[in-house]
Amino acid sequence: MADAQAHAQDLEPTALQHQFDSLEQQFDASVLGMWVFLVTEIMFFGGLFMAYIVYRTWYPDSFAAGSHHLDVTLGMTNTMVLIASSLTMALAVWAGQQGNRFRQVLFLGLTLLFGFAFLGIKAYEYWEKFQDHLVPGPNFVWDGPGNPHAVQIFYSLYFAMTGLHALHMVVGAGIMITLLVMAARGRFTRQWSTPLEIGGLYWHFVDIVWIFLFPLLYLIERHV
Amino acid sequence: MTEHAESPIGTYLAVFVTLLVMTALTTWVAFHDWGALNTPIALAIAVFKGSLVVWFFMHVRYSARLTQIVVVSGFFWLLILFSFTLSDYLSRGMLPFPGK
Amino acid sequence: MDAIDATLPPPVNYLNAQHGIKSWLLTRDHKRIALLYLFGITFFFVLGGIFAALIRLELLTPAGDLMEAETYNKMFTLHGVIMIFFFLIPSIPATLGNFLVPIMIGAKDLAFPRINLLSWYIYMVGGLFTIAVIVLGGVDTGWTFYTPYSTAASNTHVVLTGLGVFITGFSSILTGLNFIVTIHRMRAPGMTWFRLPLFIWSHYATALIMVLGTPVIAITVLLVAAERVLHLGLFDPKLGGDPVLFQHLFWFYSHPAVYIMILPAMGVISELVAAFSRKAIFGYNFVAFASLAIALIGFLVWGHHMFVSSQSVYAGLVFSFLSFLVAIPSAVKVFNWTATMYKGSISFQAPIMYVFGFMGLFLVGGLTGLFLASVGLDVHVHDTYFVVAHFHYIMVGGAIMGFQGGLHYWWPKIFGRKYPEGWAKLAALVIFVGFNLTFFPQFLLGYLGMPRRYYAYPPEFQVLNIMSTAGASVLAIGYLIPAIYFAWSLKYGELAEANPWGAKGLEWTIPSPPPTYNFEETPVITEPPYNYTPEFVASVTAASRPEVELG
Repeated sequence: MADAQAHAQDLEPTALQHQFDSLEQQFDASVLGMWVFLVTEIMFFGGLFMAYIVYRTWYPDSFAAGSHHLDVTLGMTNTMVLIASSLTMALAVWAGQQGNRFRQVLFLGLTLLFGFAFLGIKAYEYWEKFQDHLVPGPNFVWDGPGNPHAVQIFYSLYFAMTGLHALHMVVGAGIMITLLVMAARGRFTRQWSTPLEIGGLYWHFVDIVWIFLFPLLYLIERHV
Repeated sequence: MTEHAESPIGTYLAVFVTLLVMTALTTWVAFHDWGALNTPIALAIAVFKGSLVVWFFMHVRYSARLTQIVVVSGFFWLLILFSFTLSDYLSRGMLPFPGK
Repeated sequence: MDAIDATLPPPVNYLNAQHGIKSWLLTRDHKRIALLYLFGITFFFVLGGIFAALIRLELLTPAGDLMEAETYNKMFTLHGVIMIFFFLIPSIPATLGNFLVPIMIGAKDLAFPRINLLSWYIYMVGGLFTIAVIVLGGVDTGWTFYTPYSTAASNTHVVLTGLGVFITGFSSILTGLNFIVTIHRMRAPGMTWFRLPLFIWSHYATALIMVLGTPVIAITVLLVAAERVLHLGLFDPKLGGDPVLFQHLFWFYSHPAVYIMILPAMGVISELVAAFSRKAIFGYNFVAFASLAIALIGFLVWGHHMFVSSQSVYAGLVFSFLSFLVAIPSAVKVFNWTATMYKGSISFQAPIMYVFGFMGLFLVGGLTGLFLASVGLDVHVHDTYFVVAHFHYIMVGGAIMGFQGGLHYWWPKIFGRKYPEGWAKLAALVIFVGFNLTFFPQFLLGYLGMPRRYYAYPPEFQVLNIMSTAGASVLAIGYLIPAIYFAWSLKYGELAEANPWGAKGLEWTIPSPPPTYNFEETPVITEPPYNYTPEFVASVTAASRPEVELG
């Protein structure tokens, strides 16, 4: 989140910061720092997954009923959009290592585009749920099968998990824009493209979270 | 830095296609009844997809042993949270007293 | 800085290299950031102490005469929130740790200096939220925020307090992240893992807990806030939720958080025991790995806070058993410190007095922890003053004793001035006496059945409560004395040489106070830690350690 951006800014281009002895040490420290940060992200989402496990064990039928009101087509489309963005991100990192400015800008631009596409589709889904009174809180209405309280818990977790994920996408988009500007200015060379590398790690992590959210939220007992 | 001479594009495209196929597969599987295996299948596919991203896109394949330990310990601690909390939830009601 | 003696040429150091308030607020020097944190935690310690004083005053008499029940609830809540999240958790790591981790491993700074500064700002913003809560009327849920009271019943500022805790959590995460990366990637040539001072090992273990545990409490307080505003039902049994799930998520962090408080203190004690016994730590490897073992096992025991919730009996038994296991690495440390002192040439100066205090009080706190880890006994003393006494023996008797000891030991290094030794010994004694007078009666009260968090009590408990309040007054004086002489020493204290204690360790090889980038050139380490060879001891004893020192 905010600290990920701070992390990206913590690295001056090519210049070796005073606390390091070599560029290699600086690179290793940055990458390790990003990974440790991602571990905190795993635990951060982990609390929500824990609540999901408990309540899905308690209320399997209500969770299935709630899940059936989510749009599988949109969910699957969004999954594929994010996977595509991960591909272009990986290619942007590779272009960074090659020092190829045109490819960096191209692939970062595509990544950003896919990110916005994801957020657009997500916003449309939220709008639909809002129309259907499925946003938890005072206006929540459920007259389908299952226990209305349990279905509300399902939707609470749906919004908490996808909302937190979307927030990470927004932060990720901010990082992409920063990287795009840096790439366009030719800041990334064969010797130094650390921000691309660690920005990429962040982006892929957010993708992985969605890879788990998609089956757990959209695909519960769809055969019924 | 992670220098690898050969172009990774072929690998990346293969991973990309596999991920798309797996997404379609997990959706297709969900619309058929596999009994008690429904959730395990969905989770297995998700773990496989996530591992592909970590291993290839996030370069853990080429990373230092330390990075690999960090990744594994992150998921290990998540399992601690899950398993010890579930040790409570799954063993509730095993004694013939209300609330225990 | 006008504190520098005019007769000596002022050496350029981190304190006088730059001037002005801006040079402090925008600094990226880990040593200056440590002092910023020292300022912050001192402020919150005083604030939390004021609430403690009000609690003890109310409990002077059996009737609730000083304040109403609702006010009393706010007092103990604010005392807990401030002392835990804004004092104890950042205390040693963010001050002594920040100052010493890079120096002890031979680095110029932490790996991410800007993130280090950012963490201080995040901490202060979280602190502002908490001050806002106090100004707006307080919060009454207890520092544990148990649901459904916090989400469905309390009409105080739960959301604002939760946000303060959430924000401050990120400062803790960033400090932990910085330490982990620094210890892995910034060690000087020759500084292998088994040449690291034990202070570094314990901070590494602490950083692991910060990084792995804190995010869970962050998401949990967010859920509490969402639940409170929107009534989602996540933790409300009326709406299909489970309050015990909140307790699992809360204690998954908050039990290991106890080790965030005590592990750094253990690191300090290891350094002090070696320095004042002039011996290498007995069983270095065991003490080092005990830190990691405490960090790991500490994550497996949280259910012992929930024996009387509706947690299943089977889970309770597992958590009880694992809780006993934590005693093993803790005891390993205490035994090894004792064995280190055995036949050492112990110098009875103020820092070692705090070490003795730590060892005695931590022993009592740890052993009473075993009482509480036993399911059957815990049912009897759960939520009584026995628990309150137990964790104060760990947190005040352990963590703060360690912090005070470390502050005295490294004070000459940090500020380049010595504190008055006689006053320091007196303060250590006053704190030890005051502490025991405050908290030992609480063991008895709890065992007799006085519950915690009540503003009134039956008259037969009054004598013990008066003792406790009297002890709190003594304790307050004990904390006031160092505040005065430390402030005094900044201007009038004797100038400190590079190694005033005759101790081993990289921090004692550089000037006091250190230059901005710590080392003129990166040191190369060729010897094991605590290498108190007879030659070294002989060389420093005559110079720097007069046997009799009277303040």
